[in-house]
Amino acid sequence: MANRINREQVQHVAGLAKLEFTDAELDAFTPQLDDIIGMFETLSEVDTDGVEVTSNVSDQLNVMREDVADNWGQSAALLKNAPDAARGFIKVPAIIDESEDN
Amino acid sequence: MNYFKQDLASLHADLVAKKISAKELTQATLDNIKATDPKIDAFLTLNEDAALKQADAIDAQGIAADQPLAGIPVALKDNLVTKGLKTTAASKILENFTPVYDATAVSKLANAQMVTVGKTNLDEFAMGGSTENSAFKTTKNAWDQTKVPGGSSGGSAAAVASGQVPVALGSDTGGSIRQPAAFNGIVGIKPTYGRVSRWGLIAFGSSLDQIGPMTRSVKDNATILSAIAGHDEHDLTSSTQAVPDFAADLNDTTSVKGLRIGLPKEFLAEGVDDGVKTAILAAADTYRKLGATVDEVSLPHNKYGVAAYYIIGSSEASSNLQRFDGIRYGYRAQDVKNLEDVYVKSRSEGFGEEVKRRIMLGTFSLSAGFYDAYFIKAAKVRTVIINDFKAVLKDHDFIMGPVAPTTAFGIGDEIKDPITMYMNDVLTIPVNLAGLPGLSLPAGFSNNLPVGMQLIGRPFDESTLYKAGYAFEQNTDFHLQVPTLGGQN
Repeated sequence: MANRINREQVQHVAGLAKLEFTDAELDAFTPQLDDIIGMFETLSEVDTDGVEVTSNVSDQLNVMREDVADNWGQSAALLKNAPDAARGFIKVPAIIDESEDN
Repeated sequence: MNYFKQDLASLHADLVAKKISAKELTQATLDNIKATDPKIDAFLTLNEDAALKQADAIDAQGIAADQPLAGIPVALKDNLVTKGLKTTAASKILENFTPVYDATAVSKLANAQMVTVGKTNLDEFAMGGSTENSAFKTTKNAWDQTKVPGGSSGGSAAAVASGQVPVALGSDTGGSIRQPAAFNGIVGIKPTYGRVSRWGLIAFGSSLDQIGPMTRSVKDNATILSAIAGHDEHDLTSSTQAVPDFAADLNDTTSVKGLRIGLPKEFLAEGVDDGVKTAILAAADTYRKLGATVDEVSLPHNKYGVAAYYIIGSSEASSNLQRFDGIRYGYRAQDVKNLEDVYVKSRSEGFGEEVKRRIMLGTFSLSAGFYDAYFIKAAKVRTVIINDFKAVLKDHDFIMGPVAPTTAFGIGDEIKDPITMYMNDVLTIPVNLAGLPGLSLPAGFSNNLPVGMQLIGRPFDESTLYKAGYAFEQNTDFHLQVPTLGGQN
């Protein structure tokens, strides 16, 4: 294994992506991601000096429109999809861990 | 009722002549799906009650000669949102999600009075090439139930190929319409980027995603593309270019005469099965006989497409999938201590393995210290790949080649090996990177499994692809062959 990415880096990226992995998952994922990143590195064979990036292939650029509010009148249907709701609001747990003193 | 012997035009004629009512057709379709789906597993959700009610209303109103799609059943890939009808993207994280609006492509078909009979299976969030990444079930190939149907639109492809529906919609980010169409011996198109509105398509790679039809014939495909295409104020990347009546000029089987076709040598290179190669070379001969010239051309950077795509597509996915946080909709983990826990545990429990792998690859490629080396490099290679296509299409009307290097592989054969799975898309991915239209159609058989041919055109020139596809179809009989589904036919 070429070690392009190590276990600690995988854990760091997982943190950025708001994911967590068990030790067993990290054991499986780390070499797999390393192989795939190795495949990514074949791009270094392509000469891209002076080449512009392509981020979009749409033929519509900078389309402007009026910013008009539109009431879809579907708040009840939307709230039905929420995992937890009360009195027209979505409920979430406390931001600060309530089980700790800090 | 299966759809092996009828196309949209004959179904429409029967409905107008009242040989069958829309309700009878819908009921017969649902009955057949219930009878055949235990073998195929194409559907995640049936829309039984609403479909029958809609068909009833259509009958009450009557079907006129100028309503060519009215009363005809359609199936939708389950990453297209449908108002009031569960939409899961084949993910546990959306297992109980009911959208409050229809995708634009869906509402256009509903306005044409097509009847949605159900939602089809896919790889979770359209990430995969075998439908094995679905959180709910693995769809089977219509021709051999030990083989994958391809993916990610594997449910839509198998549903059409097994005669369950005449038409299904799929989506294609790196080959997800064309490859399953090829594996199941049907017709599928990835339209030019911007041809069809992406509004209501659950986003994967926003600069790559397109919705397209999957059908039994080129003409049916052309008919449906005209119905779903066009500018949409809800998707400002959708093009304002006029939408032709693609099916209208498909009567001339000699329309490829004088056309110049490019056959890239890279498309027949190592890794492409002999059986696939043989079928594509025979197809090139068919086009020569019809008066076209077929030249060997080169897309020298084609092989870098997969690497560029897995950086760009995964980066866009990692950004798009941030919205699944367990707050407003979708799965929320229980037993959490604080808000951070809701995010991390909901996502870690709700997403499947391949989706997590893509989020990780994308987040890595976008992260500080790696952004220039990976994301920016891939975005530059994308430009190089686009320039390759431009050079060939400057003096060729379209490009032909295989859709995939192999025919359908066995269920379970590749799922543990991501890189092997990723390389299956080596011939379809560059088309998404360049935003070009790509048509997949039946071109023969190898070991009793369908081989698909891919026609790649200039931006917004789906017309040429359909004409060339139609001419090929009229001179071959591959599209008329149907699977036996355990002796049913």
